[in-house]
Amino acid sequence: MTIEFATFAAFLAMAAATILTRLSGLVLLRYVTLTKRQKKALGAIPPAVLTAVVTPAALSTGLAETIACAVTALAAFRLPMLAAVALGVATVALLRLSGL
Amino acid sequence: MMHSKSAWADFSGGARAISPLIVALIPIGMVYGAVAVGKGLSPLETFLMSLMVFAGGAQFVALDLWTHPASWVSLGLTALLVNIRHLLMSASIALKMDHFSGGQKCLSMLFLADEIWAVSEFRARAAPLTPMWYCGVVAPFYAAWALSGLAGALLGAFLGDPALIGLDFAFPAVFIVLVAGFWKGRETGLVLLASAAAAFVAHWLLPGVWYVAAGALAGLLAAGLAGGGEEEEEAAR
Repeated sequence: MTIEFATFAAFLAMAAATILTRLSGLVLLRYVTLTKRQKKALGAIPPAVLTAVVTPAALSTGLAETIACAVTALAAFRLPMLAAVALGVATVALLRLSGL
Repeated sequence: MMHSKSAWADFSGGARAISPLIVALIPIGMVYGAVAVGKGLSPLETFLMSLMVFAGGAQFVALDLWTHPASWVSLGLTALLVNIRHLLMSASIALKMDHFSGGQKCLSMLFLADEIWAVSEFRARAAPLTPMWYCGVVAPFYAAWALSGLAGALLGAFLGDPALIGLDFAFPAVFIVLVAGFWKGRETGLVLLASAAAAFVAHWLLPGVWYVAAGALAGLLAAGLAGGGEEEEEAAR
């Protein structure tokens, strides 16, 4: 098993880029003082990012995924996390099996 | 003695919080490993990329673009674009790390994968984040990602398609459940709607992963506007 030099250089570049993005928020907060209202708006980041990440899976993949996302979302308000996730996974598997 | 006991309780609490995501992560890590050897990487290289980069989305996109020899410029730039969302995520979580020293904050950010960030944000709503709790989240998740990738690389072609039993859907499902946990009423509805609409349009119009940034910014903007409206109402009273 060997490690190619060009491959290692690519890993280094990817690691550096990832670290840069992960530290940038911390650096930003050092130099920018946020007002109360801006801090409150930042509270919208978690749901906004999570929603954006799942949107293509929910709306642009297929009918099975769209239905399973809706089932998971409804279950999330009533069931514990693991049960809601399992229900979503089972729904998508069954719908795909049925040819949707 | 008391101190080390509560530190351990903190650590295992973090590990418990991330455990359902680890169950979902292992098959995806194995798929990553199998795809990587398919692209001509050695199992050792596959393992090393997970240890060094530790960003699933960027690693999958990189494999998609992999060339021989690898181009560090294009792969580095791609990782930058795919991970640009981490700017917002790290700014948001840093505000909840009052119990962390400056050095601990920096070190924590290096491991800010989506899933780790999401459970930490979720936890911060109920209790203050502590360094030991965060370690409990990071350590098993990091190990599971690296080792499942290595296992996938070594097993390679023996693996079946996880989509057959719906396992590829585990992450979207977990994220949806987490979104539901952030629900705080009408204002949250507005944020979700703005984010989903912007992400949908951007995903349709633009190549790559710009949809995440578009959705995040639209949600942030919606929250800013809604928050502003409330303040004006209060001022008028």
